[in-house]
Amino acid sequence: MEKTAILSQIQEIFRDILDDDTLILQYETTAQDVEEWDSLTHIQLIVAIEKHFKIKFTSREILSWKNVEEMVESTFIKL
Amino acid sequence: MIQTFNQLKKNLKKDLSLLPVIKIALLGDTATQFLSTALKGVGVEKGFNFDLFEADYNQVERQFLDTTSELFQFDPEYIIVFQSTHKLLSKFNTTSIEKQISVFNDRIAFIKTICSTTSTRIIYFNYPEIDDQVFGSYANKVENSFIYQIRRLNLELMNLSQQFPNLFICDISSIQNKLGRDFMFDSSVYVSTEMVLSIDTIPYIAYRTIDIISAAQGYFKKCLILDLDNTLWGGIIGDDGIENIQLGHELGIGKAFSEFQQWILKLKNRGIILAICSKNNESIAKEPFEKHPEMVLHLDDIAVFVANWENKADNIRKIQSILNIGFDSMVFIDDNPFERNLVRENIPNITVPELPEDPGEYLEYLYSLNLFETISYSNADLERTKQYQVESQRAALQFSFTNEKDFLKSLAMVSEVAPLNPFNIPRVAQLSQRSNQFNLRTVRYTEAEIEALAQNDQFQNITFTLSDKFGEHGLICVIILEKQNSDTLFINTWFMSCRVLKRGMENFTLNTIVNYAKKNGFKKILGEYIPTSKNGMVENHYIQLGFSPVENINHHLFELDVEHYMDKETYITIK
Repeated sequence: MEKTAILSQIQEIFRDILDDDTLILQYETTAQDVEEWDSLTHIQLIVAIEKHFKIKFTSREILSWKNVEEMVESTFIKL
Repeated sequence: MIQTFNQLKKNLKKDLSLLPVIKIALLGDTATQFLSTALKGVGVEKGFNFDLFEADYNQVERQFLDTTSELFQFDPEYIIVFQSTHKLLSKFNTTSIEKQISVFNDRIAFIKTICSTTSTRIIYFNYPEIDDQVFGSYANKVENSFIYQIRRLNLELMNLSQQFPNLFICDISSIQNKLGRDFMFDSSVYVSTEMVLSIDTIPYIAYRTIDIISAAQGYFKKCLILDLDNTLWGGIIGDDGIENIQLGHELGIGKAFSEFQQWILKLKNRGIILAICSKNNESIAKEPFEKHPEMVLHLDDIAVFVANWENKADNIRKIQSILNIGFDSMVFIDDNPFERNLVRENIPNITVPELPEDPGEYLEYLYSLNLFETISYSNADLERTKQYQVESQRAALQFSFTNEKDFLKSLAMVSEVAPLNPFNIPRVAQLSQRSNQFNLRTVRYTEAEIEALAQNDQFQNITFTLSDKFGEHGLICVIILEKQNSDTLFINTWFMSCRVLKRGMENFTLNTIVNYAKKNGFKKILGEYIPTSKNGMVENHYIQLGFSPVENINHHLFELDVEHYMDKETYITIK
C-alpha cells in the first residue's frame, strides 16, 4: 500500500476516534496541532490503527514517534 | 450488544440532562481514566447520568483511611475499587520471601477495613490471575507461590462479601477466563499508559460493573420466556414427533439442548420465573414435557405456558399480564430471528438476545451476556415459580365468583404482622430492591441499612405476610414509619409485592398503621408519593385510602387524621 493511502486511512481513524469529520492529517502533523490528541487518545488511536491494518507496533515504536509521518512509516514497513 | 470503547466515549456527548444522576466514585492503583469514561458511557446506555469522582492515581488507601478525604466529602452512592493483580505482583516481587504471604494478608485486612469504615456500597474488582510460572504447575503445592496466594485472595473476597452486606465483588477474573489473558492485557498500552486493561477489554469491565449498579437500582431480570422448537430441543415437535426431536446425552446435537435446559433449570431454582411462548398446539407442545425421558424441564417448572398460533408479541403481553412484572425484567430467547425482531419491535424494553445459529454455541454465548445479575438471593426466590402457578389457580377461582367480596372471603386470608427481625431482614431488603410498581417513595434499602433502621428508635417498622387457602405468599409488604414529632408519623416507606394486588391488603395495612398511631398517641399520619417511571399505579393511593392532600410545592404530600379514622373493611385476619 502507498504511504498516501495509509495516511488517508489513518486520517479516517483519527476522525472516528476524535469525533471530528473535518480533521486533516499531514505528515508533519504532531499531537500539539490537534486539540483532542492527548496521551490517552494517542493509545486509543494506536490500538485502532493496529486493528485496522492487522499489525502490531512495539512499545518502543509507539513511544518514539514524533509526528504522523513516522507513524505512517512504521505502518508501511509492517504491511 | 456490547459497545466499543469509542462508542461508549461518544455516548458522553449526548444530552444527559433528563437522566437520573447517581454519584459514583472510582479508585484504582493503575490509570483509570479510560475505565471511568467507559463507566459513564455504559451508564448513558442504561439510563443513568453518573456523577463520577475519580481519585488521583494510586490513592486507594489514603482516600479510605482519611475520613476527611475527597472521597468521603463527595459522598457517593457506590464506590468502585480496582486494585490490580499487576500491582500486587510487583509488591510481591519486591518483598522478601518470608513476608510474601503477608502482602496478601494485608490486602485482605485492608478490604475488611474499608468495608467497616463506610456503609456505602463498595464494588470491588477481584483479581484476574497472572501465572508468573516460577514453579510451573507445582505452584499449586507451594503456599507462597503467587498463583496460590492470588487464588486464596479471590476465595477470601467471596467470604468477605458474605460477611459484609455492603461489599459486592465484580468478577473481572471471570471476564479474563472468558476472554483470555492475552486479550485482557496489552503490553504496549501498559507501557505507555500504566493501564493494565486493553482498550477492547474496558467495555466488558464497565458493563459488568454497571450490571451490579443497575441491579442495585432495581433493574434486573425476573423472568425468562422461552421458545420450544430448536430452542429447548432440536427439531419441530409438530412435524417430527416426540420420538424424533433431538434431546439427550447420546452423541449428537441433542446434548447441547439438554445442557441448555439444565442451565435454565438452575435459573429457575435461583428464582427466575420461566414461561413458554411457542407457536404450536398446546397439547403437542406439552407432550415432551410430560413424556420425553430426556427432558430436564417439566411442566411444574413453568409458571406460564402459552402455546398457540397467535403472534408472539401478543402472547408475551398475555404472559406479562399474568405475572404482573415489567417488560424490562423479561428475557425472551428464541432461535428464530424473525420472532426475535418482531418481539423487539413491538415490546420496548424487553431483552431479546441474539442467538448463535449453532445450538452447540447457545450456552457459551449466553454466559457472555451476564443477563441475570442480582444483588440479593434468599429462600423466597426458591418458591417463586410455585407462587405464580398458584396465582393462575386463584385467577381461575375468581372467575367463578361474580362478587368480589365473596371471592375475597372465600380465600380465607391470614396475615402475620411483625417488626423487623433477623429472619425477615434479608427478604425486606430484597423486596425493597425489587418493588417498582407498588412503591410510594421507591427508597431502596440494603440489608445493612435495614439492620440499622431496626435499631433506630426514630423509626417503627412493620412487615406483613399473606397466606390464603391456596398457599403462602410470604412477606409481601413493608411499612417504615418515621416519628417526625410526638404528633406526626411519616410513612417513609410503603411498598408491596404486586402478587397481592386487589386483595384488600392496602386496607389491612392502613388499619394496622392507624392502630399503632392511636396506641402511641400520634395525631396525624403523613404520606408521600414520589413519582417514578414505574409507580403510576399508586399515584392516587393515599387519596383512595381517605388521606387529604397537603398544600405544598410538589402536591404529593397527604395527611390522615388519626382520631376520626374508621377501620376499613378487610377480609384478612391477623395470625
